[in-house]
Amino acid sequence: MGEFKSIDEVQAALYEHVYVADRALATAVFLTLKLGKPLLLEGEAGVGKTQVGKTLAEMLQRPLIRLQCYEGLDVNSTIYEWNYTRQMLHIRAMEAQGCQDTAELEHDLFGAGFLIKRPLLQAIELTETGVPPVLLIDELDRADQEFEAFLLEVLSDFQITIPEIGTLRAARPPLVIITSNRTREIHDALKRRCIYHWIQYPPLEKELRIVTLRVPNAPVLLARQLVQFVQGLRTLELFKAPGVAETIDWAEALVTLDMQELDLPGVQDTLGVLLKYQDDIDALRRDDLKQLVLQARGKLEMEARL
Amino acid sequence: MDTAGHRLTQSAIAVDPHAAQDTAQGGNLLVHLLRFGDLLRLMGVETSLRQMLDLMDALEFVPISRRVDFYYAAQSLLVTRREDLPIFDQAFALFWSLVQDESPSAESNATEKKQPRLPRQKKQGEPGEGQTRDAELAPDASGEESNSILSQQIGVYSPLEVVRHKDFRDMTWEEIQAAKRAMAHLDWKLGLRRTRRYHSGPGGRLNLRRLVRDNLRFGGELLRLTYRIRVYHPRPLVVLCDISGSMERYSRMLLHFVHALTHGRLGVDVEAFVFSTHLTRITHHLRHRDVDESLDELGLAVQDWSGGTRIGEAIKAFNFNWARRVLGRGAVVLIISDGWDRGDSQMLAQEMARLQRSAHRLIWLNPLLGLPTYEPSQRGMAAALAYIDDFLPGCNLASLEQLAGLLSSVTLARPERKQHVRPPIATSEPKFRPARANLVLRPHPSRPLHAG
Repeated sequence: MGEFKSIDEVQAALYEHVYVADRALATAVFLTLKLGKPLLLEGEAGVGKTQVGKTLAEMLQRPLIRLQCYEGLDVNSTIYEWNYTRQMLHIRAMEAQGCQDTAELEHDLFGAGFLIKRPLLQAIELTETGVPPVLLIDELDRADQEFEAFLLEVLSDFQITIPEIGTLRAARPPLVIITSNRTREIHDALKRRCIYHWIQYPPLEKELRIVTLRVPNAPVLLARQLVQFVQGLRTLELFKAPGVAETIDWAEALVTLDMQELDLPGVQDTLGVLLKYQDDIDALRRDDLKQLVLQARGKLEMEARL
Repeated sequence: MDTAGHRLTQSAIAVDPHAAQDTAQGGNLLVHLLRFGDLLRLMGVETSLRQMLDLMDALEFVPISRRVDFYYAAQSLLVTRREDLPIFDQAFALFWSLVQDESPSAESNATEKKQPRLPRQKKQGEPGEGQTRDAELAPDASGEESNSILSQQIGVYSPLEVVRHKDFRDMTWEEIQAAKRAMAHLDWKLGLRRTRRYHSGPGGRLNLRRLVRDNLRFGGELLRLTYRIRVYHPRPLVVLCDISGSMERYSRMLLHFVHALTHGRLGVDVEAFVFSTHLTRITHHLRHRDVDESLDELGLAVQDWSGGTRIGEAIKAFNFNWARRVLGRGAVVLIISDGWDRGDSQMLAQEMARLQRSAHRLIWLNPLLGLPTYEPSQRGMAAALAYIDDFLPGCNLASLEQLAGLLSSVTLARPERKQHVRPPIATSEPKFRPARANLVLRPHPSRPLHAG
């Protein structure tokens, strides 16, 4: 873990792995690595929360274990489950062999061979045997509070008890990244255990860097104009402003359509890549769009003249 | 609907079986009680307002028709030191004789009979203790004179049955108190939401985990089957309450109601907001057990009490800033407003549509709907009406009971909604999407009252 000596190094390493992090995020990541605490990332949809986890796994060359949250997540689907079908088959097989010893049967049935390991158990096992993985707990707000309480327990000492087998403890805590879209407030108790960072929509220059990094074949002029356009779009009152993920998608779409420069018909045809609510598309009048396109292009002309 | 209503009626009757037929008037018992408190204090027995209110509450359960019971109830609630007992005795005897003498009817009929007859006083239409009294509320007393002090108390006690159907804005202070107490006792149940969790129970699916373990002792033969059933949770409730000027006479009462909801027995998640010119979240202020404490805090936190109304903007603010955070789990949304809107009704319609799409059920409680002549014709209300699942009155206790009934019957399935054709956008600007221009745009056919 001591690979990175400074925040700058972290920032540079992330950039190398195609993730543009600002100073604040780099600091949070640096601290996460140093302190071994989970990192809780919140922000609007599509600002690159999940990508942090993926990039970190790549950057640190550690396995990525991803737990996508949903309502009703429980021990069976996150830690372990017994393979009931195999257990039953085993019982039949033993019966056929005339096995009478219940104790032996039980010992067999609840052995490692019948255990299905779920993400959290996998993560803890990996720390024992090999490299501590990056554990990405994605969209925690979708899970219910019961799961949160239970996660709290796991995160506090990274140990899991399976009654039939015993207690498993992580030798070195895995690197935990938790993301949330804030469709519900995460409980304070969990927040207190984490390093918290709110990822914002990136400013113009940063978003341009992201686009050029992620869509390298986009013409320079187009990239600048489209980022400028998206930035303008975010200043309007929309139910769901486009995230960085949408910007990247849009850049790819425009490149696929062989656009060299932003123009109004092109924007109108591809607006669905950026805005996903019909209300928002309706609310944008032609004038607004025209204005935004002109702004995106005009500003560049001004800059060119200077 | 009416399990709750039933309960209330019964408790009103429980006070005295004769009360309902005999006297149906909102009374000044509380005034008498408070004066009694004053007298006690004067004589050196410390009694707090809280204690008096407790006594008032107790009268719902203690048959006031038995003087002895009332005496002991009062004594147990008001006297906290042994030394005060004799003083209390004196005060009790003195006060109730004073009350008798003081009653105007006793004055006018003093020669006739010396017994009090407050009920008759009401019949003669004289206003009692600074309160307006509707003619319909005056009891049709048969004129029988009861000899005991008790009948007098019954006469002045305000039976809940009357309070239930009285419009909040016409209520006297005592009636408001009675209504508040009744509200706190209403049994709020919200419709259930299917969760994705299971626990063991009869029927349903096999609980495999338990199944293997439980049957090991039979050598793996599956002799005992265990099952698991789905867990159901009450739906979260989101309340948006109008506190603008036009709602002034209702809003405090309705906030009491929201508070009662928050502290319901089932531990329902309630998110509460108030709005007049802008939207304020008040969930945290309602956390106090004590209503008055909550409301005091609210008074400080909310800047725009009794201001103008811009419902559309308030709902927009809710949609943009809160909807994603609080409407996640099949929430029921309750809007309390009279629909007087000074804002943009186009926007209101649009935001109501959005809100309806993200709510499991959208209920609008309108106090004005209680008025027989009311038609939802104000611009705002008319615009919003098309997007409401249930349109209910919210002017008296009975209507809140009706709401309680509705809430507990909220089903798992969403109510059926008609698909709305978008109204034309007000601006003359042509739309840039030619496909949409082909749509036939029609105004919404108006929906009947009590939709759903």
